[in-house]
Amino acid sequence: MLNHLAAYRTALSVSSWFSEMKDRLYTNFIAEDRYMYLLKGLWMTLRITFLAVLLGIALGVVAAIVRSTHDKTIADMRPGFGKILLKILDALVKLYLTVIRGTPVVVQLMITYYIIFASSTNQMLVAVLAFGINSGAYVAEIIRSGIMSIDNGQFEAGRSLGFNYIQTMIYIIIPQAIKNVLPALANEFIVLIKETSVSGYVGIQDLTRGGDVIRSRTFDAFPPLLAVAGIYLIIVIFFSKMVSILERRLRNSER
Amino acid sequence: MSADNSKNEVLISVRDLAKHYKGDIHALDGISTDIRKGEVVVVIGPSGSGKSTFLRSLNLLEHPTSGTITFEGIDITSPDNDINKYRQKMGMVFQHFNLFPHLTILENMTLAPKKLLKMSKSDAEEKALELLKKVALEDRAQAYPSQLSGGQKQRIAIVRALCMSPDVLLFDEPTSALDPEMVGEVLDVMKDLAKSGMTMVVVTHEMGFAREVGSRVIFMDAGQIIEEGTPEEIFDHPKNERLQTFLAKVL
Repeated sequence: MLNHLAAYRTALSVSSWFSEMKDRLYTNFIAEDRYMYLLKGLWMTLRITFLAVLLGIALGVVAAIVRSTHDKTIADMRPGFGKILLKILDALVKLYLTVIRGTPVVVQLMITYYIIFASSTNQMLVAVLAFGINSGAYVAEIIRSGIMSIDNGQFEAGRSLGFNYIQTMIYIIIPQAIKNVLPALANEFIVLIKETSVSGYVGIQDLTRGGDVIRSRTFDAFPPLLAVAGIYLIIVIFFSKMVSILERRLRNSER
Repeated sequence: MSADNSKNEVLISVRDLAKHYKGDIHALDGISTDIRKGEVVVVIGPSGSGKSTFLRSLNLLEHPTSGTITFEGIDITSPDNDINKYRQKMGMVFQHFNLFPHLTILENMTLAPKKLLKMSKSDAEEKALELLKKVALEDRAQAYPSQLSGGQKQRIAIVRALCMSPDVLLFDEPTSALDPEMVGEVLDVMKDLAKSGMTMVVVTHEMGFAREVGSRVIFMDAGQIIEEGTPEEIFDHPKNERLQTFLAKVL
């Protein structure tokens, strides 16, 4: 008899927990179409990340070529305009790497938003620039390590066929370098996806901010924040999967 | 020999070539010689004698400290002349092959003709396949370098250089990194090339090749040309004492 009563109470509390949870989910996501905060935020996060990755790769490759060209060739270069130009470019790139890697990304974002582009109304563009420039500094060092890992014989073979320095880089060195550093690059982009979560600091409605807005409306932190965390996790898992497929395909071409 | 060679025009003229490193090391110490069309010049000498540095200076992979290299009448050591243009006509084969591992054999061979000579893809591939047939590797066109043996890689490296239709081929110890049983197949390709009239400069330790195929042999030591002449003169009647010591060790 007593046993039955306990079982009954447990069943009652389980079912009431479920019905309470259902209410919370409804309030947080369904009521007033609140799920749209997450969807719109996700779309913003994806756009910022994608464009920032492109900008980061472009900046990173250029910076890496400048740095490695300087380190490899400056000792043998004839004095002249080219040598001076290379030295200036290298100094600029070093300054860029030092400043960007030496300050927090959220501070860079706020400087870009409130100072450099104070008059701009395109929030997304500001975020893309800030995160792209930030990512470029890390990508530069990753690709530079890839370039330096390629045997100098590859370089000499390219030059001996008549390719100039830049052509040798583009056709022969960079493709091999990127393949070698793909895992490190993928890691950098995974970090970047999550770093965009500070966009809310300058009022951009990204995924994290979307969850936070819901929390501020419903005074219920658990469901929206857990949903936000879950969505980031799914994006990163999906991206990692894509990269490992790409890696395998590139490796297959060598066997 | 000079009577025969004087008929041929000079392809590469080297004058007073010197290469000094920091710490007063003279890798090359005043080299002067002419390489004529159709000649097979074999450079021999002990390790550290500067023979590889000399060869790599010919297409400016090493920048000489002083002296001139005149290729087809153009002083390529002058910064006014675009060395990339002249390197297209000076093929080079390396000790470690240096095939491009991210490209197939066919792509290895057609990359430079397509990008630099603006050949169409089909023309470049046709030429590449023809050359592959000559070295009996036409069935490996779609393979990647990592799938080939050392001897096969070096044969590919030779035909990759030939795809640019060079006027001279430079060989930097082409058989030194090979397993002994693969040396022969590479030397055979080089012999065929020599027979076809290709101008070649070969740095090697293969004395048999030097004697059989070389039209002229240069013996270098301490960054200088110590003695040069026909294979008979160098191997059968060496005059210089250092050359005699060297030959006693290697033959």
